[in-house]
Amino acid sequence: MAETHGHEAHGHDAHGHHEEGWFVKYFWSTDHKMIAKQYLLTGMLLGAVGAYFAYVFRMQLAFPNKPVPGYGLVTGADYNALVTNHGAIMIFWVAMPVLIAAFGNFLIPLMVGCDDMVFPRLNRLSYQIFLVSALVLAASFFVQGGAFGGAWTSYPPLSAKAEYSLTDLGPTLWLAAVALEFVAFLLGGINFVTTAMNSRAPGMKAFDIPMAVWMIVIASILFMCSVGPLVAGAVMLMFDQQVGTGFFDPDRGGDPVLWQHLFWFFGHPEVYVVLLPALGFVAEIITTFSRKRLFAYRTVLYTTIGTGVLSFFVWAHHQFIAGIDPRMANVFSVTTVLISIPIAEMTFVYIATLFGGSISFRVPMLWALAFIAEFLMGGVTGIFLGASGADIYFHDTYFVVAHFHYTFFPIAIIGTFAGLTYWFPKMFGRHMNETVNKVHFWITITCFNGIFLPLFVLGAAGDHRRIFDYGNFPELSQPWMQDLRVFATVSLLIMLAVQPLFLANFFYSMFKGRKAEANPWKANTLEWQCPSPPPHGNFSPLPEVYRGPYEYSAEGRADDFWPQNSPT
Amino acid sequence: MVRPIATTRSASGVPTGRLAVWWVLASEIVIFGGLLGSYLLHRLGHPEWATYASHTNTWAGAFNTFVLLTSSLSAVLAHQAAEQGNGKKAANLLLATCGGALIFLIVKSFEWTAEIQHGYTITANGFWSFYYIAAGLHGLHVIAGAIIMLIVAADARKGKDLQRVELIGIYWHFVDLVWIFLFPLLYIAK
Repeated sequence: MAETHGHEAHGHDAHGHHEEGWFVKYFWSTDHKMIAKQYLLTGMLLGAVGAYFAYVFRMQLAFPNKPVPGYGLVTGADYNALVTNHGAIMIFWVAMPVLIAAFGNFLIPLMVGCDDMVFPRLNRLSYQIFLVSALVLAASFFVQGGAFGGAWTSYPPLSAKAEYSLTDLGPTLWLAAVALEFVAFLLGGINFVTTAMNSRAPGMKAFDIPMAVWMIVIASILFMCSVGPLVAGAVMLMFDQQVGTGFFDPDRGGDPVLWQHLFWFFGHPEVYVVLLPALGFVAEIITTFSRKRLFAYRTVLYTTIGTGVLSFFVWAHHQFIAGIDPRMANVFSVTTVLISIPIAEMTFVYIATLFGGSISFRVPMLWALAFIAEFLMGGVTGIFLGASGADIYFHDTYFVVAHFHYTFFPIAIIGTFAGLTYWFPKMFGRHMNETVNKVHFWITITCFNGIFLPLFVLGAAGDHRRIFDYGNFPELSQPWMQDLRVFATVSLLIMLAVQPLFLANFFYSMFKGRKAEANPWKANTLEWQCPSPPPHGNFSPLPEVYRGPYEYSAEGRADDFWPQNSPT
Repeated sequence: MVRPIATTRSASGVPTGRLAVWWVLASEIVIFGGLLGSYLLHRLGHPEWATYASHTNTWAGAFNTFVLLTSSLSAVLAHQAAEQGNGKKAANLLLATCGGALIFLIVKSFEWTAEIQHGYTITANGFWSFYYIAAGLHGLHVIAGAIIMLIVAADARKGKDLQRVELIGIYWHFVDLVWIFLFPLLYIAK
């Protein structure tokens, strides 16, 4: 700790509270909290787009070839473009910007006790590139032949040749958008990791860092170390599309399976890139609302690192039917099933944290508990798919769709709602209406299971995820299967219908909600020790840290919490 | 813009700028790693690529290797000068490194022109596709590095941000290192 407090206080005043114009404040800000809100709102907007796509194609599946209200008739090409971009948007433009970029930006400087990210202008650039990537994606819908429809995994040769995908510019724009998005998150990730490594408050040692920060940092490192081959692959695929090279064309000495390796070498760690932040939020929330220390802090940390390392050695379980060597498939079956051990351990640790605590069922706690329960379902069904023998049957059925929605929905939607309802008072200085949020919680969770439980049954019966109208294949479907499709779609409609409730509550509370005090949940971590919302520069003076983040219900103290920066 | 206090802290003991450059390099290594790994696997599966590779100009490649390695030497000397607080000398040495980058690119452009004129274009076959993509990606890194180096040198001449001389040097060594892999893989292995 080279710098002294006097020096810090001086530096803080220097870049403090001058008046900024409207444009500079909202669009050109280098303040990590404003950039977090930009990411959050952009992610929420694109989430609405992704949800709209899901509405359209679920309507087509339930009521084939009837005009969908608010869209019209869904053609085969439309359907492919909708499912492709639903997947891509929900992962790259919702889960990533909200879970990592928005919460990472907001939480890391506050939780480690400093005034901003280490590279604020790089941070601003990261959001701007992200915004451009979203615009490029939007543009891909308006080119000749329509948007890209080759699935979010973009397998060649379908994605490599215009005569197969029937759209010339769509796949290239899509690929460019994804590549730009990667650049944005590489810049952001370097910022996150460097900030957490270097800018911690004096006294904050490695094991005093809140789990949410650890998880976002480990996720950023996983992203940085896994995305490279796909960046190279994207360049190669783009040349295949537009220049005429044959990297992935078997006729010309290329290999389409190579793309699958490059894609999934990134794609599987990516699951953990978005999972880990959500697990971090859950750790913060369950300790706060059960007034207990996190059970086995170091075990959670080492387990997370172990999961991260292992996640680089499971990718080929996406390719069991792509023609890889069966001996190789055995190896990847074993590594895939192995990775369920650290995740199961994490679940047990969280349950052990809850055990014997004085639990209060506030809204963030409900979401956090729902996360544990629903993600468990996703994890358990993953074991079916990790076993290469079973996967040959389940591959590309709705069983797979249901499985990864039981992982991604808890991560991207439940995790986000948990984080938003927990940190809303800090972000905006006001409280949301709890009753409205509880109604929203119960309906959303019930409908989520209503959508995806039937899909497990459908998938086990052989329902194929790429068929957009079973009227063309009557021998492959049964009347009861169509009933389940309708049930899933109706569940989705109800779930979408209650989301405006949350949004109305969110935006109303942002301006008119009950004012929040600095530390409404009586939590220990540093972000709760500065005013709500935190001013420019966050803390004055910047805090020093004396203990770990989870010292709840410590013996011999009047309060059941013990802020990290409290000297006594 | 005044730098936030966060930028001045160094809890890990490594200066923030250097730490960030190392993370940039970590993500670059996997980009080139993925590309060269793909090339290697293709090469092993296609023995006939050796004949295509025999048409590359080994002497031009060797000369460029020599130029790049020498330019790294002046980058190290620039770092040394910056450590001693001699911004002007550091700037001049960085300009020498940029000169190396320029020679590298000029040689490269003659090489590529000759190859394209002989019909070895990017779409000729798998080897030439990898050749142009890998060397092209590396070339982009050379150009980007030279541009950043010019900016750093301009600041260093005024005695400003001398720590950046070391950072661009680290990056330059990486660009060098990538070439050390590309040269044998694309030129020598025949």
